[in-house]
Amino acid sequence: MSNGHKGNGLGNGLLLEGIRRMGAVLLFLFKILAQCLPALARPSLVIAQIYNAGARSLIIIMLSGLFVGMVLGLQGFELLQRFGSEEALGTAAALGLLKELGPVVTALLFAGRAGTALTSEIGLMRATDQLTAMEIMAVDPLRYVAAPRFLGGLIAMPLLAAIFSLIGLFGAQLIGVQLMGVDKGAFWSQMQGSVGLKDITEGVVKSFVFGATCSLIAVHEGYNAEPTAAGVGLATTRTVVASSVLTLLLDYVLTAIFL
Amino acid sequence: MTKPDSLQSASPAPADDVVVDVRAVHYAVDGRAIFSNLDIKVRRGRITAVMGPSGTGKTTLLRLITGQIVADSGQVIVLGRDVEQAKTSEIYALRKRMGMLFQNGALLTDISVFENVAFPVREHTDLPEPLIRRLVLTKLEAVGLRGAANLMPTELSGGMARRVALARAIVMDPEILIYDEPFVGLDPISLGVIQRLIKQMNEALGITSVVVSHDVQELASIADDSYLLSGGRVVASGTPQELAKSDSEVVRQFMTGAADGPVAFHYPAPDLGQQLLTEEEP
Repeated sequence: MSNGHKGNGLGNGLLLEGIRRMGAVLLFLFKILAQCLPALARPSLVIAQIYNAGARSLIIIMLSGLFVGMVLGLQGFELLQRFGSEEALGTAAALGLLKELGPVVTALLFAGRAGTALTSEIGLMRATDQLTAMEIMAVDPLRYVAAPRFLGGLIAMPLLAAIFSLIGLFGAQLIGVQLMGVDKGAFWSQMQGSVGLKDITEGVVKSFVFGATCSLIAVHEGYNAEPTAAGVGLATTRTVVASSVLTLLLDYVLTAIFL
Repeated sequence: MTKPDSLQSASPAPADDVVVDVRAVHYAVDGRAIFSNLDIKVRRGRITAVMGPSGTGKTTLLRLITGQIVADSGQVIVLGRDVEQAKTSEIYALRKRMGMLFQNGALLTDISVFENVAFPVREHTDLPEPLIRRLVLTKLEAVGLRGAANLMPTELSGGMARRVALARAIVMDPEILIYDEPFVGLDPISLGVIQRLIKQMNEALGITSVVVSHDVQELASIADDSYLLSGGRVVASGTPQELAKSDSEVVRQFMTGAADGPVAFHYPAPDLGQQLLTEEEP
């Protein structure tokens, strides 16, 4: 009985903590959104962050896209061959990449590479008093540090997802057409005929939502990290875990909405 | 303006002569009082030292003065404005009239020395680039680091970083300059340089300086007024020379650096003999 009470207490505590955290992140989002326009007035800051979050993630995104596309080509061919419809490989690969794998895998990779870099950078700025120094110089760190990084991630993520899907399609084509001998014309024409604007919109919306989510979590965790080595490490871990879980959760929600 | 021998014996300063006025401030964290009934006055154009053992809330005092935190009760009036009553925009306006030198410099690590010093100017003014360049180089020259303008902060020694931070702190010509432990971790040469610069900034630019430190000897040679904090309140005030002659045990322990005294050497613990004989975890 008492154990049950303890369990309930613990559950309530965790629930309350979860709600508190969610509230804190939402409040932080409103604060950042209020600073986005002033931050956009200084495009050089945002461009630098698009470069940091986007261009520096290109290699890992392109390589992963290629391998995912190749696996998709291989698995898709094997599966479709059972039903004698290998020509549909182009459609299957395109829908899989544009609607699901492109945005989701890019978001997971983005959280692991750019998200952790953002959190640790901002966390270290907090630990070394750089954010406080800005406040004392009457410069709002939310405008100078947080908003440009949030915007950089928000803009970079859909671009990265698009590149991921593009390279993935190349990988699927490489395996399906070049290696397995699927007809090249059928591969591309079926894809062209079956993939509609709605499918592409779904992928674009997902990548924007994932980009906003991962960037927000990364910036929030860094900004509110405990100013110690352990604190920054913990914040970086939380960024990866929270971004990954939320990406997969939101993926389900968005897929259900678009169906 | 005549220089009073002792803050305690001096007649009350004219209101416009006091630029930072901390009145009966109480401040607690998690129920633990950091300050109780703290009173400090910083006068215009003078170097005021705030000393005290580690953990007495010296840095917290600076955070109160700069409006980063608000006192539980009492007033903190800076340049005639009550910090607690001020809106965020007013706090920011107030901070534009202040400069602060952080213990570790707090330089922005992703931009060069030049850009660090130019940072507040670029953020708060629309000055043309040639003028910014001239202004920044002049301030870097004042701290002897014009030649290091193109270096990155990671390429600087601790002393150099602090001098760059000082150049950045004075680039907007502040009325008040706040130094947080400016002598910590410096070699004797860098320490002497920083000490001289604090004095020079005060004399040449007429900046009111608040120096928070526990380095008694270094402060004694530059401070006009001193406050010694202990247990969340001011236990002594006056010129450094007056503090040196004080009969108070707390003051004597701090000024002479005695290990034990009113500020105990040992952290509160059970009896050593008893603890050694028990098998409980410490």
